[in-house]
Amino acid sequence: MSDNHEMIRASGLVKVFGLRPVLRGMNFSVARGSIVAVLGANGSGKTTLLRILAGLSRPSAGELTIGGWTIPKEITAIRSQLGLVGHQTLLYDDLTAEENLRFYARLYNVDRPAERVAEALERVELAKRSGDLLRTFSRGMQQRLAIARAMLHDPAILLLDEAYTGLDINGAAMLDGLLRSWHEAGRTILMTSHDLEHAAAFSDHVLIISQGRIAIDAPAASIGDLRATFEQVTAG
Amino acid sequence: MKRGTPFLKAVLAIVGKDLRAELRSRQLISAMGLFALMATMVFYFTLESRPDVRLSATPAVLWVTTVFAGTLGLNRSLAQEYDRGSFDGLLLAPIDRAALFFGKLIGAWVFSLVVAAIVTLALTILFNATLFSLAWLGILLLGTTGFATVGTLLGSVAVQGRGRETTFPILILPVALPIIMASVNASNAILAGLPFSDWATWPALLASVDVIFLVLAFVLFEYVVEE
Repeated sequence: MSDNHEMIRASGLVKVFGLRPVLRGMNFSVARGSIVAVLGANGSGKTTLLRILAGLSRPSAGELTIGGWTIPKEITAIRSQLGLVGHQTLLYDDLTAEENLRFYARLYNVDRPAERVAEALERVELAKRSGDLLRTFSRGMQQRLAIARAMLHDPAILLLDEAYTGLDINGAAMLDGLLRSWHEAGRTILMTSHDLEHAAAFSDHVLIISQGRIAIDAPAASIGDLRATFEQVTAG
Repeated sequence: MKRGTPFLKAVLAIVGKDLRAELRSRQLISAMGLFALMATMVFYFTLESRPDVRLSATPAVLWVTTVFAGTLGLNRSLAQEYDRGSFDGLLLAPIDRAALFFGKLIGAWVFSLVVAAIVTLALTILFNATLFSLAWLGILLLGTTGFATVGTLLGSVAVQGRGRETTFPILILPVALPIIMASVNASNAILAGLPFSDWATWPALLASVDVIFLVLAFVLFEYVVEE
């Protein structure tokens, strides 16, 4: 690894679906232990980028390293260090909240699974509903459980794709608190968001994607008016 | 850095999850079982006036019904996993892709075997045939293993595309043909009471085809499921 402070490095990252390029040569790096907001208009490639980082999609060209490992070639080595909250919960309707988490605890070979599952349910304030089937949960409750699933194996990198979707005010505050404590423990967080104010306040670095490229790569504090910058960069 | 999950632990976790979810919802077994029973009834009424043909048609009825019901169930099972996005959850986990394949395969095999057992029972009652024997069970095990292997691999291909309801049967039926033929021929021989030496080639062929498909699926599954 070239730089010990660097968790993620992308060089010339390209992703093409059929004839349609979505990522057109992205270059960026993410410091270990930072919170990075990935912003962009709808269809700009945020989700595609996160899926590549999670090892769910192979880049068409370019180089990507996470924790010094080359992705996707060495993705197996770091899968246990990645957590993803995506547009879908990745949970099962016909299992209870506890059964869902126990299943993922087994898949991730988590130590003391029963204890960790109970802690995770407590953390997302779903302990009282642990025995209820997922299909009886509201969208917000399912999202809370998806967050518990992503954090269950204590990953070093958390990838959040619109993770606040479906959460009410209390749920959003709960997630803010979880992410803060996660950040204080030295974990790296990458989050996509459409809430620019929240992104500006919450992250310490901002990447703005426009037309498949990184248009802005700067510390959040150095961007004066994020909304104006965003509108200027993503216009047209 | 923590190592990946042990192979067997991952396989058992996936099988346990699939069986638990199915036992609770009974969506697949009820759909597959009902289809199998209906198809058997149709064959029964069609062949009612020809009792001489009925007995010799029994193996074909069993395997055609099992394969069609299995195709229906596998398609639905994999579609549910993809549509809910939960397949991504399996791909994200630090598990060997082969463990993921075998986990899904064992679930599909159990469901196919249950359907084959239901059809065997229905044929025993409706067609007045004595079917339950060790040899019959052996052929059921070999035939459903091959079918579930091919089905899990090709189902994972078909489910990612558009028109999967039509694509999957089109893909699986030609590939599963050697399994169906060998199973029907072996079942015919058992029903006719022939000595094992007369039909030993069919289980041998079935076992060989099963091994070939298992190895192929083991190698190819990783490329099939990754975007």
